[in-house]
Amino acid sequence: MSTNSMSTGLKRFFFWSLFILFVIDAYFVYTSGTENDPSQSFLTEGAKNGKLLFQEHNCISCHQLYGLGGYMGPDLTNVMSAPGKGEIYVKTLIQNGTQRMPNLHLPESDVKALTEYLNYVDKTGISPVRNFEINLDGTITQKDVR
Amino acid sequence: MKKEIGVVFIFLSITALLAGSFFGCISAFQFVFPGFFDLLPFFKNRPIHVSFTVSWIFLSAIGGIYYYLPKYCGLPLFSRKMAVVHIWMFIITGFLIISSYLFGKFGGREYWEFPPILAIPIFVSWVIFTFNFFKTVLKKVGQWPVYMWMWSTGVCFFLMTFTESYLWVLPHFRNNIILELTVQWKAGGSLVGSWNMLVYGTALFVMERIKGDQSLSRSNLAFWMYLLGLTNLMFGWAHHIYNVPTAPWIRYLSYVISMSELLILSKIIWNWRKSLEQAKKDFYFLPFRFLVASDIWIFLNIVLAILISIPAVNAYTHGTHITVAHSMGSAIGINTMILLASVLFIITDVTKFEFAGTQKTIIRIGFWLTNISLLVFLTFLVIAGAEKGKLIVENKLVFQEIMQQIDPYLVSFAWSGLFIFIGLLMTTIPPLLAIIQYLKKKD
Repeated sequence: MSTNSMSTGLKRFFFWSLFILFVIDAYFVYTSGTENDPSQSFLTEGAKNGKLLFQEHNCISCHQLYGLGGYMGPDLTNVMSAPGKGEIYVKTLIQNGTQRMPNLHLPESDVKALTEYLNYVDKTGISPVRNFEINLDGTITQKDVR
Repeated sequence: MKKEIGVVFIFLSITALLAGSFFGCISAFQFVFPGFFDLLPFFKNRPIHVSFTVSWIFLSAIGGIYYYLPKYCGLPLFSRKMAVVHIWMFIITGFLIISSYLFGKFGGREYWEFPPILAIPIFVSWVIFTFNFFKTVLKKVGQWPVYMWMWSTGVCFFLMTFTESYLWVLPHFRNNIILELTVQWKAGGSLVGSWNMLVYGTALFVMERIKGDQSLSRSNLAFWMYLLGLTNLMFGWAHHIYNVPTAPWIRYLSYVISMSELLILSKIIWNWRKSLEQAKKDFYFLPFRFLVASDIWIFLNIVLAILISIPAVNAYTHGTHITVAHSMGSAIGINTMILLASVLFIITDVTKFEFAGTQKTIIRIGFWLTNISLLVFLTFLVIAGAEKGKLIVENKLVFQEIMQQIDPYLVSFAWSGLFIFIGLLMTTIPPLLAIIQYLKKKD
């Protein structure tokens, strides 16, 4: 058993050093790590409204974006560009529901806003990642990127 | 409410645990049998389940802190009134949150799915708790035991990360999904780390009391392990967002930090090697038994966490039921086992009531039923997740085809969830009755 020889001052020094690194990391995550979003031109006013509707109806409880969310329904990241899916498919499902998905009886304008939002999300990246190479260090190189 | 305020928190925490696992069972059956209990659809039921479960963790951890500080650390609460305000704010906000779900009013953020306005009372009540906590513990500065560092860290980081998780209300964050998802999971990952600090601090405290060995929480090694945990809390969150197109350094940093958990894993194995004989002797003591169980779940969960932090593995497991196994394993296996140990410790301590033979038997059966069912529950989730990952990446199947193939595993998962609920009922009903008797007694 190691002894309790470390002074409180030294403990505080380690804690605060880590905390400063945490703040620096947060700064870079908020700025250079994430600010580059080439799909901003697809973020229309309708899409912004669609995002809020997506939240208000708690869609994330059942669906995922980038694999994050619920598991009752499919990942919607690329639903607008997936083979056999697209705008008409999405609108039909929202307006009619399915055995698993409730029909929320949304007005046409809300359905349009939601599809605009999903269209914006679709342009930002790919999920799930299906085509990749595994590198020796355990990382992957994605083959298909937006 | 003249009784020990910590005990009132503990009473509420047990009811939240039972409610959380009850609604969890309904959610699981709705997941595999669409149309089941349509009165409360899945998209309402799931957030109710999550809110009660998170409440169980917070109420029991906070209740423990309110109880242990004056009773065992020689630190009377700075203000009992503040603690009473805290609990009333918790109850009223909780009532409003559940009502908002029932009426279909959502904020739509995973885990905090209530309208954002309700984050304000949560924030204010936590500020009150933080103030009260530090005014209490700073009466005695000097060589703090590690659990005091952990509790202090958990209290502060919850406030920070909870605030950070609401940055999305600002258009700058909301209008860039890459930034928003990253900040959400950065905050969410660290927030879970902050409540883990409260829970693991509680585990160390209870273990120290049971063993009567103060060196457990005062050694240099204990402090280094705390720093390692803190490092993971701060920087090890990005495995949630490996496939979000952020700058690559965010992923690499998290990957490297996550691998440091191998040190924690080695420490657990080393401890087991040394303490197995002693553990066998103390296993009869109920709180100790729950701590031993949590140790085994910590081991299994760290193995899983390390694996899913490797990007090549994560590409298969992300967005599958393996992620659910990881979070449920942590919430039930680790947090719940530790907090049940703390709850049993407090109840026997405060009521001076030794459970009768029959009650002990019921709790022991509940213990085994919960743990064995949890093992089955997690095994089926891992199998379902591995199968789903393979079907997505290698077979390129679509959602409906995948769900058809993994359905038998999910049905088994739902049934084992029901047995976890029964096990938890058996474990918690005797202590709940003891605590009700205590609270009914006149001062």
